[in-house]
Amino acid sequence: MAIEVRNVCKSFKDVNAVQNVDLLVESGEALALLGPNGAGKTTLVEMIEGVQFPDSGEIRILGKSWEKEEHFLRQQIGLALQETRFLERLTVEETLHLFASFYLLKKERSQEVLETIQLENKRSTWVLQLSGGQRQRLALGIAILPRPRILILDEPTTGLDPNARRDLWKILEGFKATGTTLILTTHYMEEAQHLCERIVMMDQGKILAEGSLNHLLDKFGEGDLIEYVIEGSFPTEEAKALSGVINSRLNENTGEGLLTVKNISETLPGFLQLIDNSATSLTSLECRRRTLDDLFLAMSGRHLDD
Amino acid sequence: MTNILIRLILSQFKIFFREPGVVFWSFGFPVLMAWILGIAFANKGETLRTVAVVGESPDAVYNLPQWLHEKTGTDSTEYSVESGLEWQVGENHGEKARFRFRAMSEIEATQALKRGQISLWIEESSASGLRYRFDPDNAEARLTYLLLEGAFRDQGSSKQKGEIRTLTIIGSRYIDFLIPGLMAMSIMNACLWGIGWSLIDLRIKKLLRRMVATPLRKSIFLLSHGMNRMILSAAELLLLFGFAYFYFDITIQGSLLALSLIFLSGYCAFAGIAVLISSRVQNTHSGNGLINCVTLPMFILSGIFFSYHNFPDWFTPYVEVLPLTMLANSLRGIITEGIGLAQVIMPSIGLFGIGCVCFVLGLRLFNWH
Repeated sequence: MAIEVRNVCKSFKDVNAVQNVDLLVESGEALALLGPNGAGKTTLVEMIEGVQFPDSGEIRILGKSWEKEEHFLRQQIGLALQETRFLERLTVEETLHLFASFYLLKKERSQEVLETIQLENKRSTWVLQLSGGQRQRLALGIAILPRPRILILDEPTTGLDPNARRDLWKILEGFKATGTTLILTTHYMEEAQHLCERIVMMDQGKILAEGSLNHLLDKFGEGDLIEYVIEGSFPTEEAKALSGVINSRLNENTGEGLLTVKNISETLPGFLQLIDNSATSLTSLECRRRTLDDLFLAMSGRHLDD
Repeated sequence: MTNILIRLILSQFKIFFREPGVVFWSFGFPVLMAWILGIAFANKGETLRTVAVVGESPDAVYNLPQWLHEKTGTDSTEYSVESGLEWQVGENHGEKARFRFRAMSEIEATQALKRGQISLWIEESSASGLRYRFDPDNAEARLTYLLLEGAFRDQGSSKQKGEIRTLTIIGSRYIDFLIPGLMAMSIMNACLWGIGWSLIDLRIKKLLRRMVATPLRKSIFLLSHGMNRMILSAAELLLLFGFAYFYFDITIQGSLLALSLIFLSGYCAFAGIAVLISSRVQNTHSGNGLINCVTLPMFILSGIFFSYHNFPDWFTPYVEVLPLTMLANSLRGIITEGIGLAQVIMPSIGLFGIGCVCFVLGLRLFNWH
């Protein structure tokens, strides 16, 4: 077992940041912690990283505790913190050499990492002059320098454009293939879906649900969604009776409606026919699969990016 | 471990020299300040001393009395109310004195004295001849009295004037007073801004937390900061003193060993204070405020630019236990008075003590995140 978190609690003044959390992570597993700001993800991750300590409960990393084996564990964990600003007037290469020296690594390792994070052509560039995506790649490079057995990334792609995000995902996919345990906190469900086999959803310091994406969708979110906006009166009772409809909601003030259906192709023709036959005009229509955000909204009443 | 230490120190050197502003404030500013203040307060020939002449008759405010013209060898046409009467005596540097006499009523003279326009006035007394009026606690007034008295005596006497030899006392110039003070200030700034501010900045950037999340030992990390700034600080002092040596002819009168000891103990004191100050601060504004809060009172009180003996006597003992005062006084003693190791032992112990207490306290409070 790579990480064992057992009945851990942590509070700050009046805030219970983490409450009775249990979490087991197997070696080589990739796990995403999802939740809005203030959900307790960062506090939980910081306790796993050994930079904070729980008020109660137990955390063991690779079977060892932070209190007794800190020096050993620091060499086994690579981490990239949210929005770390490295020394701005050191070059990319100097920054990697500096951190490599902390792990007693040779310069050759820095060169390998430079290639892995695709910053060879920026080796002599000051950190100050790097773009946001390049800085995040440098942070990732520093995290993977010691070839860690556990890699912890706190919101690694926050604030990056889609291209930069995908570049980072590619690097992470390559690193995952080496069998490293990966823990990722993120707001982005696509990121969690793309990189992790298991998703843990947190809110207000508690774990709301966990499992693979399909497991979560099957367990907590039956059906697909038809979202629409209409003008005029709409026969809501008839809509509920359409084939395959699980649930129907309509806000009569704004005209915004939502149909939860077993299968979009089964229900959509009947829905459009109903619109045609009524004194209603359709101004917007979107059919989509249920997402983690929908699940989270259903479970907690909040969106992931709140 | 040595490799880590060297790499950390080298990295910090690179960061330092790649920040032009910081290089200027560390190296350029102390030299610039020494130059400006040295020039501003350098001896500029003999000072013109204004003396009020108070008479009893109503028209005495418009004209100088005849006895003064006789004593100074001038006539009444040389006097005007606007520019007074200027009189210079002495040929040699040590004897030279310049006076400007102005006729005033007693009320006008009192007012001029309060405003600092004059420090002394003279009046004719029927009983004793000439009467000098001045505050005996005012050193400037006493000097003017002595010069004026001597000049009158020389003019009125048929005896040959005595020869006066110029006596130069090393360390009596303002620049001699200023340079050791600037050196002490430089050590304080190097520590409080170089170590304290740097640690606060690393915390704000989350880099402190990132670094201690590696196997790097915290003691090595702090040691690298301390050593880096100590080397830079020594270089700053050498440059400042070199400038003072070549430009102002300042030499070290005392022991180099004592100088080294006081530098190390002063550095230790301020490095400890820097760690304590930076132990909890989470943002630039409070960091800035806290450092200024510690440095500014010492700038003003510790006698860097002007002697703290101008403060009331009851206040002086408090000023003397400030680390910057201890450091500046010791440096001044070594450089200008020639004191040795024995005389700096006590202040060194005091400075080491302050440093150790602050460092231990700072380390206990230190927030690495």
